[in-house]
Amino acid sequence: MTNQKNGISRRSFLKGSVAAGAALSAPALWVQGAYAGGHGFRNDPTNKATVTLGFNVPQTGAYADEGADELRAFKLAVKHLNGEGDGGMMQTMKPMNLKGNGILGKKVDFVTGDTQTKSDAARASAKRMIEKDGVIMFSGGSSSGVAIAVQALAQEMGTIFMAGLTHSNDTTGKDRRRYGFRHFFNAHMSGAALAPVLQAEYGDERQVYHLTADYTWGWSQEESIQKATAAQANWKTVNAVRTPLGAGDFSQYITPVLNSGADTLVLNHYGKDMVNSLTQAVQFGLLDKQVNGKDFQVVVPLFSRLMAQGAGESIKGIIGSTGWNWSLQDAGSQAFTKSFGQEYGFPPSQAAHTCYCQTLLYADAVERAGTFDPVQVIKALEDHEFEGMGNGPSLYRGADHQVFKNVLVVRGNQNPSSQFDLLSVVDIVDREQVTYSPDLYAGDLGPYKV
Amino acid sequence: MDAIFLQILNGLDKGGAYALIALGLTLIFGTLGVVNFAHGALFMLGAFCAVTVNKVITLSAKVRDESVTFFEAYKDVPYLEMWLGDTGSLIIDWSIPISLVVAIPVMLGVGLAMERGLIRHFYKRPHADQILVTFGLAIVLQEIVKAFYGANPIPQTAPDFFSGTVNLGALIGMDLTYPTWRLVYFIFSMGIIAAVFSFLQFTTFGMVVRAGMADRETVQLLGINITKRFSIVFGLAAVVSGLAGLMYTPILPPDYHMGMDFLVLSFVVVVVGGMGSLPGAVAAGFLLGILQSLASMTEVKSIFPGIDQIIIYLIAMIVLLVRPRGLMGRKGVMED
Repeated sequence: MTNQKNGISRRSFLKGSVAAGAALSAPALWVQGAYAGGHGFRNDPTNKATVTLGFNVPQTGAYADEGADELRAFKLAVKHLNGEGDGGMMQTMKPMNLKGNGILGKKVDFVTGDTQTKSDAARASAKRMIEKDGVIMFSGGSSSGVAIAVQALAQEMGTIFMAGLTHSNDTTGKDRRRYGFRHFFNAHMSGAALAPVLQAEYGDERQVYHLTADYTWGWSQEESIQKATAAQANWKTVNAVRTPLGAGDFSQYITPVLNSGADTLVLNHYGKDMVNSLTQAVQFGLLDKQVNGKDFQVVVPLFSRLMAQGAGESIKGIIGSTGWNWSLQDAGSQAFTKSFGQEYGFPPSQAAHTCYCQTLLYADAVERAGTFDPVQVIKALEDHEFEGMGNGPSLYRGADHQVFKNVLVVRGNQNPSSQFDLLSVVDIVDREQVTYSPDLYAGDLGPYKV
Repeated sequence: MDAIFLQILNGLDKGGAYALIALGLTLIFGTLGVVNFAHGALFMLGAFCAVTVNKVITLSAKVRDESVTFFEAYKDVPYLEMWLGDTGSLIIDWSIPISLVVAIPVMLGVGLAMERGLIRHFYKRPHADQILVTFGLAIVLQEIVKAFYGANPIPQTAPDFFSGTVNLGALIGMDLTYPTWRLVYFIFSMGIIAAVFSFLQFTTFGMVVRAGMADRETVQLLGINITKRFSIVFGLAAVVSGLAGLMYTPILPPDYHMGMDFLVLSFVVVVVGGMGSLPGAVAAGFLLGILQSLASMTEVKSIFPGIDQIIIYLIAMIVLLVRPRGLMGRKGVMED
C-alpha cells in the first residue's frame, strides 16, 4: 500500500524510522561497549600500559589554597607509586602491598580538573574525566557540597571516588555512597574532640553566637558543635546566622555579635571565608571584650595551617580541630612531611595529607584485590585496618565508608618557632572517643554493582 | 541602639564604595551619554594598582630558613628590608597609601585610553550598543587581570597605624569600637566626593562641564572644545572609581571579579538616585549601603528571613514604582 498523497510509502517510512532510531541510539551503544570493555567495568586498564587517575580539585573559589595543596600531594603520591622520589609514607604504611612499580605493574598517569568550589562545575569536570580521559578512580575536594555531588556521580558511573577534604557528616551519613570513601574526619568528630577541651579552657555555661557557611558542611558543623558543647559544658546558642559562601566582607554579620549578649563566637567557616571572618572579628575588637563577666572567645571548629597562614596574627590563641598537622612526630607524618617539604619547600597541609593517603590507600586496595574491578576494590577497602599514615591505627568502616582515626585539637601558636609552626597541638584525641554508630547519621550505601 | 549605630557605620563604608562608583557612572552618563558597563572594571583595576605596587615593593630574595630542619626550606625576604632595614619595612607597611600616588596617573591614563580608543566611537550609537561594547570591555579587562594575577583574592593589609580599632564610644557615650581602616575609608570617600563636587562647582573647567551637561550644543557654538573636556571627565571618573577600589582592598581582598559584583549594585544605586543626578548617586549610595547593613540585623532577619540578600533590589523596585525617575532624577534623561 502506498500513500500516494504524501509521496511516502509505508515501507520507506518504517525503514527511515529504524535507521533514525539506530543512529540516535548508536552513541549509547558505543558508550556501553566502552563500559563493558570485555571485563564488566568502566575504563578497565587491563590492556593498557598505564592507569589513569583523576584529580578534581578547587583551583579557584573560596577553597583554592586547599585545592592547590591537594594537587601537590596527588602529584607526589603518583611519583611515589611509580617508584620515584623517597617513597614517603610507602615506607611506613602498614599493611603495605605497593611495590613502587605503579599499580598492578601499570605506570600511574593522571589528569586534573577545576571544581571551582561549585557542585555543577565539579560534576562536569568529573564526568569529563570518567568519559573522556578514562580514569579508573578520581579524587579531590574541597567542599562537602562538591564531594556529595560528585560522589552521587561516582555511584551512577560505577567509578570509585576517594574524597579529599570534606568534613560534613552527610558525606558518609545520609549521602553516603558505595563508590565514595572518606579518609578525612568529620564535623561530629570535631565536636566530640573539641567539647572537653573547650570546657577545660573556657568553662561551662557560655552563651554562643554561630556564624555558619550556608551549605551542607556549615549546617553539619554548627549542629555537631552545638550538640557536643551543650552536652559537655551546657553551652547555649544565642543565635545562629547563616552567611553565603564566599561572602568576602563579613562586617554586617559580625557587628550584631557585639550586642547579642554572647560571650563566644563560633565561626563555622573554612578556607578564605574563615580567614576573612576571623580577621574581621578581630578587627572589630571582639577578643578585647568582656561579656557576662568572661573574656570573649572565638572558636574555629575546623582549621588548618593554610588558614592560619592567611589569618596571620588573628589566629594566635584560637582553638580548633584539625585532621593532621605536619609537626606530628610519628614516623608516617615525618616521612610525608620530609618528602613533601623536599619537593615543594614547605610542609603539607591537612588537605594534602588526606589526598596523599587516599591515593595510596586506593592503590594498596587494588594490589590487595589483584584487580582494578571497582567492586573488588570497594570490598578490599571496606573494614580495612591500617596504620603508619599519621593518625595512629585507623579503620575504613565498611558500614559508611568513613575512616576512624585520632583527631587533633590545636591552637594558633602564640610563639611560632618557624614560619610554618603556626598550630600547636593541644590534644591528640583517641579514635575511640570520636567513634559513633553508623546509624547515627543513617544513609544507604547502595549496591556494589551498578 | 549601639547595634544600630554600628550597622549604620558599616553601611556608610559600603555606601562610600557604592557612591564613588555611582558618582563616576553618573558623571560619564551625564557628560558623554554613555552607559558604561566597564566602570566596575575600573574599580577592580584600581584595587589591582594596590596589588601591583605591593608586589613591586615586596620583591624578595629566597633565603634559607634555618629554623626548619625537616627539609630545605626558604623564606622570602624583601629586598627593601635587606637594603633599608626598618625604613624598608615601613615602606612596605605603607604600600596602600603609596599606591594611591601611583594609581592616580595610571587610572587617568586608563580612563583616557578607554574613552579615546574605544568608547568615543560609540557616542552616536544606541544605548544597547554602548552597553554591549562596555560590557565586553569589562570582560576583557577582567580576563587580563585573571591571566596576570590568577583567579583568587589577594589580601592586602592596611598600615599598622590604621590596623586597630577606634573607641568611638568615648565621643558619644556608648560602648562602641570600630575598625580604624573602615573609618578611614568612609572619611576618604567623603573627601573624594567633596573634591569632585568642588571641582565641578568652583572651577572654570567644572563650570564648562556643567554647562556642557545641560546643553552641549550651545557650549560648542560658543567655540568651546567640549569633547576634550568630556574626555578628561571620563579620566576623572576612572580615577574616582579606581581610588575607591584601591582603598577598599584591606576591607575586601581583591580578585578579578570584584568589579562586576560592585557594578550591578552601583547601577541599582544610579537608578535609585536618578539617572544623571550626581547628588542623587551619592545619596542613594549611602542610603542603600545603610539599608543593606540594617537588613542584616538579627532582629530584622528574624521577621524577614533572607531580607539582607534582596533589600537593595526591593528598594529599587519600590522607588521605580513610586518615582520612576529615581529619587533626584531629571526629566528627559533616557526618555527619548
